[in-house]
Amino acid sequence: MIMNLQVSSSPHIRDTVTTKSLMRDVIIATVPAIAASGILFGLRAVLIILISVFSCILFEYISRRIMKRDNTISDLTAIVTGILLAFNLPPTIPFYMVVIGSFFAIVVVKQMFGGLGNNFVNPALTARIILSIAFPNDMTNWSALRGAFHFVDSLSGADLVSSATPLAILKTQGLEGAASLPSYLSLFLGDKAGCLGEVSILALSIGALYLISRKVITLWIPLTYIGTVMLVTGLVGKDPVFELLSGGLVLGAFFMATDYVTSPVTRNGRILFGIGCGLMTAVIRLYGNMAEGVSFSILLMNILTPHLDKFTMPKPFGEVKKHGKA
Amino acid sequence: MSFIQAFSGGVHPKGNKNTHDFPSIRLDDFSSVEILLQQHVGPPCVCVVKKGDHVDVGQLLGRADHPMSVPVHASVSGEVKDVSFVISATGAPVEAVTIESDRKYTVATSCTPPSIGSREDFIKMVREAGLVGLGGATFPVHIKLNPPKGSEPDVLLVNAAECEPYITSDYRQICEHPDEIIDGILAVMKWISIPRTIIGVENNKPLATGILDHELSKRRLDTKKEINITVKSLKTIYPQGAEKMLIYALTGRKVPPGKLPHDVKVLVMNVSTLRFIGKYMKNGIPLVRKRLTLDGSALNTPGNVNVPIGARIPDVIAAAGGTKEEPSKIIMGGAMMGFALDRIDCGIIKANNAILVFGSKEAKIPPESPCIHCGRCVTSCPMNLMPTGIDQAARLQDTENLEFYYVIDCIECGCCTYSCPAKRYLTQSIRNGKTLVRAERTRVQQEQKLREAEKVRLAEKEGRA
Repeated sequence: MIMNLQVSSSPHIRDTVTTKSLMRDVIIATVPAIAASGILFGLRAVLIILISVFSCILFEYISRRIMKRDNTISDLTAIVTGILLAFNLPPTIPFYMVVIGSFFAIVVVKQMFGGLGNNFVNPALTARIILSIAFPNDMTNWSALRGAFHFVDSLSGADLVSSATPLAILKTQGLEGAASLPSYLSLFLGDKAGCLGEVSILALSIGALYLISRKVITLWIPLTYIGTVMLVTGLVGKDPVFELLSGGLVLGAFFMATDYVTSPVTRNGRILFGIGCGLMTAVIRLYGNMAEGVSFSILLMNILTPHLDKFTMPKPFGEVKKHGKA
Repeated sequence: MSFIQAFSGGVHPKGNKNTHDFPSIRLDDFSSVEILLQQHVGPPCVCVVKKGDHVDVGQLLGRADHPMSVPVHASVSGEVKDVSFVISATGAPVEAVTIESDRKYTVATSCTPPSIGSREDFIKMVREAGLVGLGGATFPVHIKLNPPKGSEPDVLLVNAAECEPYITSDYRQICEHPDEIIDGILAVMKWISIPRTIIGVENNKPLATGILDHELSKRRLDTKKEINITVKSLKTIYPQGAEKMLIYALTGRKVPPGKLPHDVKVLVMNVSTLRFIGKYMKNGIPLVRKRLTLDGSALNTPGNVNVPIGARIPDVIAAAGGTKEEPSKIIMGGAMMGFALDRIDCGIIKANNAILVFGSKEAKIPPESPCIHCGRCVTSCPMNLMPTGIDQAARLQDTENLEFYYVIDCIECGCCTYSCPAKRYLTQSIRNGKTLVRAERTRVQQEQKLREAEKVRLAEKEGRA
């Protein structure tokens, strides 16, 4: 009997989870935060996100085309990068800067290093850092379009339309500025100055819960990251809850630091990664020039990731001997 | 009945135990069989029959001269048609005896229930029965039963986990022959003097656990003696039935890499192996038949069948109901660790516990995409390895890094490949890596030898001068 049989190495069955399905889950998890930014900052925010996503897709397509490689738009990673880049931009940013950011994220950081899986730093974060160094004023201009939706403060009667982020207020004005800081509830709901995706902790938490329940991310990095920041800031006498609810910590911990490609694969590696991010964020926030340190800390830990993986490689099951000793 | 936590890692493939409830069917309608003379790890047997001879069921075909070898017996009665080299399922040339069946299944007169008086007798009997580990590894049982001094097992572990998807042949074995399984266990406990036995069954087979418990309590009532056999329920997770994982789950002992179960004083035997011992002590017919699961989307009637060893796979498929679509992939063994055949006119061997016949949809394997570093392979690896690292090193043929990532410790269970969202062929790449490392180790050894020889030569030369 002669048959046309397929031959392959075992296993002969595969799980249904694919790169695409994971990316789809991440996109779904960002939907609450997209909605929140639309509600809080108005239509312009949605427009920024759309521009970012479309320019990321376009740059991905063009660069793959020029490099004569397969078209990879369908793996959805460019969309994720686009959304996350927009989340890290202020609502007032000129549109052309969004396109420049997408260019750096997709072409320079991702495709020039070999495309998906080969970039050693997070594309969206690196693009944000490049933009904030190149255009420091536009990247910290929080004033316009604020006040589109302030139901919390209007309820309490306070008028807190501020032109600086809570962390910046704390940094520049110190304790005198404390009076003008928003309440915990406003911080949680997102009624504060900040980047598009980072402001509503509520929306981010819903997305994070979705990611965890779908087993897209594990809790090691977010928990150690947030825990370290709260611990360190608490130890030096700052308000840890304020540190948690302000700035990009929650966005960074759940959506940026957990980026597969640039974070460790081992459990212990992830714990060290989270602690490292936390320490650096806290130190930058407390002693640095900048009000916020989430993006720099994650970027620096991204660079350490390969070493963390090698350093924390688990011992094989039942293994007793050490390397180099037979 | 207690419940035991598993090793770390593992995956949950869809069980697909479609054939759970189908009693085994004995298939006898085979015009000829092709019996390989090497169905065990160890050197091949020496053929003792020649073309034209008449053989009966259970008659010796291949004599085992090497201590690691196990004899091979005729599975049908009839005339020896040919003794020649054939290509085995794995692609290796192996001597095989082709017998034309007279369909009478006359049992050879030499097959009488064995009389056992000592431990040595028992081990000899097991070997003469042609018994190899029926879980799939075909390790000769008589070697297993005779561990080196100082590592005598204090517990017998019976592997009835059957964690591979699709396969239900061990499960049917338990449902249909619990008495012979217990007979086999008691015999091993008696002659190898092992005080205690634990049977490990995955908790997705409550009926099997119940049947074994029932059989045990019946025995206790009948003999009014305490029988030190317990049935333990294992977490349903693949690869729970892998030897090292099973030992850990049932005893908490960890077998170090490169070591065998007897190094941690346990003896692991598959439930089908024990059932065979129980049956052999009753009728004395050597291992000539095998129960296997036939499943897969291309089959008309999936089920469990009991076939003579050597029956050709197309004949077995036809006798069991045939196919409803052109098979795209035929797998010898399970879906996770089985072997995809490129030719199928080979005979069933002792190690077979399933033949899976996949239709085109089931056989489809998605294309590879770049590693996204998600860590799922690391989490799922029951051996705590880092498959993504091994994969990278193997593709770069970097033996130094392959050693760094402990490539040799991989048990090739396939969890990493199964769980990979980028669908990378990790297990395949790791196998390549293992081959590379073994070759490199041999090369280094040979170089060392040459260097030493050169040193001796130079020293001699100097001595002369």
